[in-house]
Parts: sequence; C-alpha cells; structure tokens
Amino acid sequence: MTTYTTERTSPLSPLEGPAIEAKGLSFRYYSKEGRGRMWTLDHLSFHVDAGEILGIVGPNGSGKSSLLKILSGLLRVGEGDVLLGGTSLQKRSQADIARLVAVVPQEYAQVFPFTVAETVLMGRFPHRTVHWWSMGIGDETASDLAAAHQAMVDTDVVSLADRLVSDLSGGERQRVVIARALAQEPQILLLDEPTAFLDINHQIEICSLVARLRAERQLTVVLVSHDLNVASQYCDRVLMLKEGQLCRIGSPEETIRPEVLRMVYGCDVVVDAHPQTGRPRVTMPMNMV
Amino acid sequence: MAHIVSSWTHTGSVLTVHRWITVVGGLLLACLAVLVLCLQFGATSVHIGNVVPAIMHLFRGDLAGSPSQEASEIIMVQIRFPRVLMGFLVGGSLAAVGVTLQALLRNPLADPYVLGVSSGSALGVSMAMLFGIGSTFLLFPLLPLFGFVGGLLALFLIYRLAQSKSRLPIHSLLLAGVILNAILTAFIMFITSIMEPNRSAGLMAWLMGSLTAPGYPALGIFLLYVLFVLAILMHKAQLLNVLTLGEETACSLGVETEGVKKQLFALTALLTGAIVSVSGMIGFVGMVIPHAVRLIIGSDHRLLLPASALVGGMFLALADTIARTVMAPAEIPVGIVTALVGGPFFLYLLLWRKDRML
Repeated sequence: MTTYTTERTSPLSPLEGPAIEAKGLSFRYYSKEGRGRMWTLDHLSFHVDAGEILGIVGPNGSGKSSLLKILSGLLRVGEGDVLLGGTSLQKRSQADIARLVAVVPQEYAQVFPFTVAETVLMGRFPHRTVHWWSMGIGDETASDLAAAHQAMVDTDVVSLADRLVSDLSGGERQRVVIARALAQEPQILLLDEPTAFLDINHQIEICSLVARLRAERQLTVVLVSHDLNVASQYCDRVLMLKEGQLCRIGSPEETIRPEVLRMVYGCDVVVDAHPQTGRPRVTMPMNMV
Repeated sequence: MAHIVSSWTHTGSVLTVHRWITVVGGLLLACLAVLVLCLQFGATSVHIGNVVPAIMHLFRGDLAGSPSQEASEIIMVQIRFPRVLMGFLVGGSLAAVGVTLQALLRNPLADPYVLGVSSGSALGVSMAMLFGIGSTFLLFPLLPLFGFVGGLLALFLIYRLAQSKSRLPIHSLLLAGVILNAILTAFIMFITSIMEPNRSAGLMAWLMGSLTAPGYPALGIFLLYVLFVLAILMHKAQLLNVLTLGEETACSLGVETEGVKKQLFALTALLTGAIVSVSGMIGFVGMVIPHAVRLIIGSDHRLLLPASALVGGMFLALADTIARTVMAPAEIPVGIVTALVGGPFFLYLLLWRKDRML
C-alpha cells in the first residue's frame, strides 16, 4: 500500500510587497457599435496586501465580476496594468497565473460524472509536467496527491472522496470547488459570490472556512459579494465599485456607511454595529407609511 | 508529521495505473474474441476451427489446404478479415471523435454529426462521385482526400460563423453546426437527385452508412492514419478532463483554451473526414458508446477515450456482422443496424444506471 505524507513539498512563501497592484486598470468589452466606448472598468488603481481579505461590492453591472476575471487572466487588461506579486499580468502565461491565482467561480455546473477526488486533483493541472509521449496515466506525483489531500482535509471533504460531485449538496459542492482551488497551492484566492446560492448554515460554513484558510495558508483573498454584511464581517478592507469606477476603498467602518451606500446604490439603508464584532451591519429600513 | 493519507486513492475514486491496465487489457481481450466471432459469420459461414488457421496463413503469406478449405480461406483473407478490421477501426474512431466532441462541447449527448463536419466530408465525396473523379491518383486514394477537404471546409465555416469577440461560445457553435448541417444535407440531396439512377443508388447506400472490404494497402493507410490521430488525442486526454469543467475554469487552471480548442476540433475533423470517406454516415456510435462507457467507468478521459474506442470498434464490428448476415446474401446498410441496436441499449443503460460503478 502506497503512502503519502502530508508535508508540503513547496512551502508557501508570502509574496513580497502587495500581492495585487492595479495601476490605472481599464477594461471594456469590444463591440462594433459605439457602445464600445464605455469602460466596464474605468482607470482603477488599488492594491491588495499579501494575506489580506479584500471584498469587492457594488450594484449589479458595476464591473465586480469583470474585475475578478481580469485578476485571474480570463479577460485581458485594456489599459493600465495589473501586477501580481510584482510582475505584470501581461508578462505571465496562463499556466504561470494558474500557479499563483486560484478561482472559485460563481456557478459551478459539472456536466460529467467526476468524483470529488478526481475534481480536486484537476487543481494540480497547472503544476503538471507533460512529456510528448505521455498519455497522462499515473502522472500524479506524490506531491500532487499530498497537495490534493491537504486541500481535502482543509475543506473537510475527505469523506466525500469517492462521491460524484453532481450528487452533493450546494454547500458540499462549494467546499469541493474550494478544495480544487487550494490544490493549485495558490498564493491568491479569488472568490466570485461564494455564498450566493447557499442556505444560511452553508453561508456561515463557507465564510468561516475562507477566514480560516487565510490564516492557515497566509492566503491573499479577493472576494466578490453582493451581500454587504458578508463583506463587512469577513473582509479587512472593502472596495466599492459603481459603474466601473472605484467609489471608495478602506476598512468596513470607512466604507459601509449610510451616505456611501446612498451614493453607490442610490437608496437609504440602516447601518448599525454588529452585536458581536462591532462591525457595520446593514439592514433594510422600515418604510413608514 | 507524516500521516497515511492514501485512503481515498484506493477507493476507486481516482484513476490508477492498475485500474487503467485492468480495463484496457480486459477490453483488448474482448476485442480479440469479438473479431474471431465476427470472422465466422457472413454469406458463407466459416467454422471457427478454420478462422484462426486462415489468419495465420494470411500473416505467413501462404494459402494452402484442400480445395474447399482454400475457398473459405480466400473469402476469409480477401474479403472478411479486411472488412471486419475496417468496421472495427471505423467504430473505434467514431467513438473517439464522439468522446472528444462531447468534452469540447460539454454535452454528453453531442456526436460527430452535430457539428456538420461529417456532412461536409460527405458533400466532398459526393461531388467527387458526381464528377466521376477516379478512386486513386498515383496509388493515393482520392475519395478520402475529398472527404477530408470537405470536412475541414465545413469546420472552418462553422468556426467563422460561431466566432465572436475572438472567442468561440459553445452555444453559437452548436447552432451554427445544426444550420450548416441542414444546408450541406440539402446540397447532398441535390447531387443525388441529378445523378443517374443507378449511381445515385450507390451514393445513397454509402450515405446511409455501409462498410466494404478494402484492399490491404488502403486498409494499412487507414490504420496508420487512425492510430496517429488517436495517439495525439490520447496525449491530450488530461486536457479534455479540464475542458469539461467549462472554459473559464479550464482557463483559470492554466489552459490556453482558444488554441487547444482549435487543435482538438482540427483533429476531430481529420478523423471524421477519413471515417466518412470509407463508410459514409454511420450514426449513433459516436454518441451512444462514449455515453454508455462513461456510465460504467466514469469520466476520466485518460481511460474513457481508449475504452470508448475499443468498445466502439467491437460494437461496429458486431453491427456490421449482423448487417452482412440477417438478409444474406443481400446486405443492409450498417447505419440502420447501429441505430436499431444502439438506441434501445442506450435507453436501457439510461434507465438502469444513472451513476457509475467500478
């Protein structure tokens, strides 16, 4: 019986300086009509420190998901530049980015019946060396298996290893997707609405998992959420987008404020302190008739 | 610090070398058995005891024995063996093309015909037949060449039709395939309608999907061609796995998706062109076989691709044996058999097991 150790073969060294640095980052979708003039992301400049959790919030269509896709190399930077670990995104290959950045997408539909273990192991793809004669059978190295195992332990999905991903509950599936992202051994984790389709129990579970992983793995986390309370409770800083422009960036206390939210969302909300953490808590106002 | 963490790698939840060898080896043995079985049947049935010696004689290059045995050996060597082998290669290629397209389109029911590449190949071959272009030029078979060119042109058209924003959205690709298929089929129908009746009958029989016994040089070329393309596809099996997770996820796992997709589509067009030129439009194998195999052995393309190719080969060899024998001495197009045998089997699998075993 083969055994593998859980010792990490590539110890994670925190990035030097800011993990992500955007300098005048702009992006627009190409279209033949004049609408192509509109910037989806309009000259954004900000940085994300190594080991911090940055929340990106804003109304629908404000460019949150586009920003995340640029950070993971899915969309190309239009103008300006983004530095990942000090190196321009444009100078990195897709595989190079994938060894540094892992993505937990908003929707994850698996068409084919893959098991949990197979799915998590696919996270090792960017680390794989392929020879021209290789057919891929038995390509998984001991360090691939160890990294996948550690990712499954950290997300508590080891017991689900031989289950089909399609048979899992929403919360379990989200943990598997996070496990796959962790198997990439990234230094930056990008999450797009990780709690969008989950019940409250799974929302809590996923949010505390992300907070724990950040602490254990010194991960830099960028989290897009339409839920202002998730951003307020779990993020060190919050970046507010409105129509592709950076409205405000700072601690939850600086950003989650009634006057800022009125400017960004165009409506009045009640903001008080969370009874446990003292962080801003957003609730809908009762309309007095 | 060291813990034993191998629990999940031994539960059958991931593909191991051991499992790969067991499944592929078992299927290879089954293929041998099926080939021997198929060689016995035909317009004249040959006793199983004579099948193996005949093949041995073929490879030694001498045909001897009593006059009656000699006749059956000639049938065996000149007609039946190349035809069964051809059926096996066509079936295996169809299944491999099906596996690749299903992964690329993220649709477990896609088949080589959905994209219209096969219709393109068929149109190329039909036009060659219409203008009476000979079968060979300097020993090089011309009809497959026309099929290949037609298939590639169809693929190029689909690609241009479906492309937007320098990307290739899957849904517009599928839609373009369906429309192109309809247009190409209309052209083929037009060609058959203006042909002389006796020639158009031959064309129709070929279009319905039928196998013939090729000469050994042609069979050899086809074999090398198929093995070459299959080897490249096999090399890309791990990429197919990642592509099934969706383009964006594949991209975030480091795959340059646009380039990889172009390569894979070109490879499937190469294989489809070759298949169509030798056997016409045999449907169902490319859809049913990968789907059925996936239900049983799971989705890992490193195993799914070779297993589907072997099962597809066996399936078509058996289907062609039925097509040769049920109305002997007349033959029916094997495409009819694949649809009638494959359809109910597929339904049975779908109802019987929705998950996987093994």
